[in-house]
Amino acid sequence: MKTLNLFRAALTAIVRNKMRSFLTMLGIIIGVASVVALVSLGAGAQSDIESQINSMGTNMVIIMPGSSDFGGIRGGRGTVKTLKLKDVDYLREEASNLTHVSAMIRLQEQVVAGNTNWNTSVSGVDPEYLSIRNWEVSAGRGFDRREVAARAKVAVLGQTVVEELFGNADPQGSRIRIRTVPFTVIGVLSSKGQNAMGQDEDDLILVPSTTALYRLSDGESIDAIMASSVSEEAIAEAEDEIGEILRVSHRLADGEDDDFSIRNQSELVSMATSVTGTLTILLAAVAGVSLLVGGIGIMNIMLVSVTERTREIGIRMALGARGIDILFQFLVEATVLSLLGGILGLLGGLGGAYLLGSAMDTSVLPNIFFMVAAVFFTSLVGIFFGFYPARKAANLNPIEALRYE
Amino acid sequence: METIVLRNVSKIYQTGENRVMALSGVDLTVSKGEILSVMGASGSGKSTMLNILGCLDAVTSGEYVLDGHRVSDLAPNELADIRNRKIGFVFQGFNLLPRTSALENVELPLLYDRSHRIKDPRKEAAAALERVDLGSRLDHIPSQLSGGQQQRVAIARALVTRPAIILADEPTGNLDSRTSLEIMGLFQDLNREGVTILMVTHEPDIASFTERIIEMRDGMVIGDHRVLDRGDAARDLARVSSGSPPGSFPETVETEAHTR
Ligand SMILES: Nc1ncnc2c1ncn2[C@@H]1O[C@H](COP(=O)(O)OP(=O)(O)O)[C@@H](O)[C@H]1O
Ligand SMILES: [Mg+2]
Repeated sequence: MKTLNLFRAALTAIVRNKMRSFLTMLGIIIGVASVVALVSLGAGAQSDIESQINSMGTNMVIIMPGSSDFGGIRGGRGTVKTLKLKDVDYLREEASNLTHVSAMIRLQEQVVAGNTNWNTSVSGVDPEYLSIRNWEVSAGRGFDRREVAARAKVAVLGQTVVEELFGNADPQGSRIRIRTVPFTVIGVLSSKGQNAMGQDEDDLILVPSTTALYRLSDGESIDAIMASSVSEEAIAEAEDEIGEILRVSHRLADGEDDDFSIRNQSELVSMATSVTGTLTILLAAVAGVSLLVGGIGIMNIMLVSVTERTREIGIRMALGARGIDILFQFLVEATVLSLLGGILGLLGGLGGAYLLGSAMDTSVLPNIFFMVAAVFFTSLVGIFFGFYPARKAANLNPIEALRYE
Repeated sequence: METIVLRNVSKIYQTGENRVMALSGVDLTVSKGEILSVMGASGSGKSTMLNILGCLDAVTSGEYVLDGHRVSDLAPNELADIRNRKIGFVFQGFNLLPRTSALENVELPLLYDRSHRIKDPRKEAAAALERVDLGSRLDHIPSQLSGGQQQRVAIARALVTRPAIILADEPTGNLDSRTSLEIMGLFQDLNREGVTILMVTHEPDIASFTERIIEMRDGMVIGDHRVLDRGDAARDLARVSSGSPPGSFPETVETEAHTR
């Protein structure tokens, strides 16, 4: 029998028993739908995390005091004081793979403006810091090198701080007090929302690194150095270069461990990705089980169908159908049934994903390759579970099939 | 030249404890181009013999030679192809596919024809239905057709493949005498075109349109008669249309002794 006729016969048989066909497909539909929905949502969430991490600056490299060696006894946060302002200068002068370098002094302070106050994080940084983070000033200006050199008491506020201290008023030119030190507000950062860890990126104040170090901190060590490499590809090279420069600067002998550690964004990205990877394996297992259950449902219904249609099989054989014709007829029917279930599941899954995605305000990222694979796999399920009933039909004896009541 | 040869054919049905000897030692030779009828009481083994001749059922003992081939030596696929191309079978109970249009029912055997001799199965099926006067019922499904119409769909399906042999189990059993005459006219036409036709019937009237009558009883062939005054169905049809009664029991002559 020609292929076209086979598919027509299969569709006729499926449409004839609409309700039964639908119920038979339901297992496959639910399996494929849930997996497609979850994978699309998972990929969407992952890309959200990645883009958030990347928005912090793709080429960003962070240098922290203390060794990256996790063995041995290490002090708590802030007890290792190996990074100095001169390290920042060395890196600026000597690292050919870095475009911007900024010191970073991290403080958590009570800030007062007029009769309101707010506890926020105060970062002492250099002018390059805005470029490293891809941040922008939405009103006023950032501080410049001269102000850093002069330990100027100027501040740039994040949006949340502005709201807390000034409400709707324009803070430019206003004076605020950080601890006992008065500062003049010279600019406001544009809003950035939450970061990948759910922290408010607008709840901060930037002040010149020197001002923070000498007027608010111990005047000796800085908490981190932020830098950006010339390109994403150059990050590894940049890290090597940073390592060499800092080892010289810190006078570390050969064989001595680094007293600093270097992190980059791609490490954060791969950390987030590994979580989603585990999730994907779990989903694949769910998909496998539901397709198995769906396949058994198809086999069951096909067996019923073969019994019900014994006479039809007898007639077809009497008219010259070979065993292989009957085999293909039922195989195609089982395959079309599960394929149809797969396609319906795919559409349902996509619909569900976009619905959930818009409800939870996350991206939905359908994976074409995955969807093609899912549909291909459901047709394999149909062939696999349809084979036994189809072979049973093909092996019928024509005259006995004709006599079957 | 003989097309069908049965030699000492027996068929035993074994259902649990019961053994039914449906055919016992049947000998039969049919030449190419013959038209003959098989008569006999109910249960005498007519259908059983026809099923064997149609390569639907196998003999228990003896041999069936079809166009020089021992049928029991043929592989299932070869038997399927013989059923498809060489033999047109009209079943006693029609055996139409339910919920399937007359046209699709008649087209069905052409879809299983591997040689694709017939280029346009649809058209050919419609022509076959036209030939049995059902040109206006192509899209009707069996349950929308009368018994006689279903019978004619079954006949159209048997002749659509242009088989060399037509085997028909009581093809006029459900038809009124007028339609019966039409069908017999069709069979006589086909026979004149060279098709070998073997049909089972209860009605002597109908048998009188064939050239030979095989008589069966208790699974044995007890008579083989040549019809002396063979009727012409087309002529009778014309006579029925003008009001005259059809002919009576056919005059026959015994050709061989069958006293097994
Ligand atoms: N499938 C079968 N199983 C058992 N006995 C059968 C079967 N088919 C036919 N028979 C028996 O074989 C005998 C011949 O039947 P059949 O060929 O149908 O007769 P006819 O067509 O002449 O009426 C009957 O006694 C019938 O009961
Ligand atoms: Mg019978």
